[in-house]
Amino acid sequence: MTAHTASPMTAAETALMDAYTQQLGDLPGDGAVLSARDTLISELKASGLPTRRVEAWHYTDLRALLRSIPAFDATAFARGVEPLVAGSAVLRVVGGHADGSNAPEGLTVTTYAQSLLSGTAAGDLAARGNDDAIGQLNGSFVRDGLEISLADDSALAQPLELQIVQGAGQSHLRFPVTFGMRSRATVIERHLSQSETGALVSSVSDLIIEDGADVTWILVQEQGAADTHLGQLNFELGADAQFRLFVINAGGKLVRQEVHGVVNGEGSDFKLRAVNLMGGESHTDLTFTLGHDVPNTTSTEIIRNVVFDRARGVFQGQIRVAQDAQKTDAKMACNTLLLSDEADFSAKPELEIFADDVQCGHGATVIDLNPTHLYYLQARGIPEKRARQMLINAFVDEVVEELEDEALVAALEGIIEGWLDSHA
Amino acid sequence: MLEIKNLHARIAEDGTEIIRGLNLTVKAGEVAAIMGPNGSGKSTLSYILSGREDYEVTEGDILYNGESILELDASERAAKGIFLAFQYPVEIPGVATMQFLKVAMNEQRKYRGEEELSTPDFMRRVKEAAAELKIAPDMLKRPLNVGFSGGEKKRAEVLQMALLQPKLCVLDETDSGLDIDALKIVADGVNALRSPDRAVIVITHYQRLLDYIVPDTVHVLYKGQVIKSGPKELAHELEANGYADIIGAAA
Ligand SMILES: Nc1ncnc2c1ncn2[C@@H]1O[C@H](COP(=O)(O)OP(=O)(O)OP(=O)(O)O)[C@@H](O)[C@H]1O
Ligand SMILES: [Mg+2]
Repeated sequence: MTAHTASPMTAAETALMDAYTQQLGDLPGDGAVLSARDTLISELKASGLPTRRVEAWHYTDLRALLRSIPAFDATAFARGVEPLVAGSAVLRVVGGHADGSNAPEGLTVTTYAQSLLSGTAAGDLAARGNDDAIGQLNGSFVRDGLEISLADDSALAQPLELQIVQGAGQSHLRFPVTFGMRSRATVIERHLSQSETGALVSSVSDLIIEDGADVTWILVQEQGAADTHLGQLNFELGADAQFRLFVINAGGKLVRQEVHGVVNGEGSDFKLRAVNLMGGESHTDLTFTLGHDVPNTTSTEIIRNVVFDRARGVFQGQIRVAQDAQKTDAKMACNTLLLSDEADFSAKPELEIFADDVQCGHGATVIDLNPTHLYYLQARGIPEKRARQMLINAFVDEVVEELEDEALVAALEGIIEGWLDSHA
Repeated sequence: MLEIKNLHARIAEDGTEIIRGLNLTVKAGEVAAIMGPNGSGKSTLSYILSGREDYEVTEGDILYNGESILELDASERAAKGIFLAFQYPVEIPGVATMQFLKVAMNEQRKYRGEEELSTPDFMRRVKEAAAELKIAPDMLKRPLNVGFSGGEKKRAEVLQMALLQPKLCVLDETDSGLDIDALKIVADGVNALRSPDRAVIVITHYQRLLDYIVPDTVHVLYKGQVIKSGPKELAHELEANGYADIIGAAA
């Protein structure tokens, strides 16, 4: 920890460094884990929180935006809730503590605290790179989470909900999940908050989707209006595997959700669908990178953003197609509905293509509600507020409906309608 | 029921005056036909009645049941019973037809202080009305008007009208794009709504529709004014001779 930062540390940076020193004796892990943690916190100290000068953080100046860090609060109130979809199997992480019991058949579950204590987690803790502030922060402080594996050829009959309920203070969690060959599952990673004072949550999910597996992962972020949510989902996709990732951001004051994927098995398909609902003075960033590393794979990404008030939104999407990855078919679209003059959205779609026989495209649009549509609905007696809501809903619902599972679609529509009710 | 007095209105965006001192009275129970050459302001008048914000009333008034509606927005006017069947119904992707119908019916009921419809009651009403208008149930499963043929869209407008049971119905060229059978079905739908406490304004270019929906009065609109009003025979005269004589006489 001797490297020099360019400028004096911010209050948040100082608080993080102090917190690390204070907790050092208390953070779970064997020697290897602790040394991995030391490396990460040193990296973070050396570079400081990323500013807009770091390319990956250009639109989300974390150093400027993350003003303060809430103190750890082991006694903060938090309580589990009913699952989003009735009948789901639920594994909860409440107030930072994971409960791995009651796992449904076919799943092997251990808490991440155990993996840290036994040292098996040490190898996973390294950051993705110098600019991986989420990985550094999370790896330094991670205390718990769930390590899950689904056996080859097994299928989950019901969705599995990973219910993460945060009280006041901080939590840093990890979810390494392996989906065995030809397994099938729907997982809902659901972040809720019962803090009114502003919590800080970092959460890293590392998914390995083996050959022939068919996985739907739904990431629902409904943190409180004052919370900071720093999420990262990394995945590797095997041959002939199908992975549908659905992200819905409907909460938080400062949100950065990263998705980093590598498609490294032929014949596989990846779909990202995202709905970002933003209001108030919030800042929400969805940053996505995908590598098509082998031939004959497909991916589509559809991002729908709704921005109210003075909210700011960001989508960075980068698709890399390796030189050998012939016949890649990748399409990315980012559509934004700006509902206030002061709302702002920055989209940066990028394609880096090194193969010559590929079909790739991207597009970004910004639109307003169609006044003729609004008039037509009103002319049938639907009041303006409701009519606007219907049209906003229509804009995002197209994406939600792709999920097809009725209960799931209804649950997500409920979240969207609830959010719109309190913001539109 | 409806009294339009010396109405002047212009396009809000560029200030072009389209309606230039228009007078028209339609009584409860009456069916009034409005005819007139292309571009004379018929659709504009219907939009202004419905409360479309692209137009600005600069002079005159519109009284509905004795009260000015100029300050009411489109949804309030609709909830008070004013319905416009559009010349060009709007396609709205992502809004399911059934959901739209349900929200519209219930919002209007809410405005009037009535109970919302139960889902079975709503379904039954839609089914019955759709059957009357020979609308295939499949069509109602699609997003609102999306991909409907011209004639299907017009029928869907009349379906909405039948379900919403308005008091003042304005039909803007509902006959255009309809085949002969559909024209009869739609006219039957409109006639079914005729009652002493309702008024209907039929905007059309053709006598053919007026053979089915027989009007009590006929009004000729030209350059934003009603230049001639008369009994149903006026429509026959127009069909035979065109607008030249009337326009000449008014000039
Ligand atoms: N928003 C607008 N912008 C520009 N011009 C307009 C607008 N609305 C109406 N107009 C013009 O106003 C005039 C009246 O149009 P309107 O559609 O009311 O005619 P109409 O009598 O319904 O004609 P048709 O028989 O062809 O349907 C036309 O010259 C039209 O071009
Ligand atoms: Mg017209």
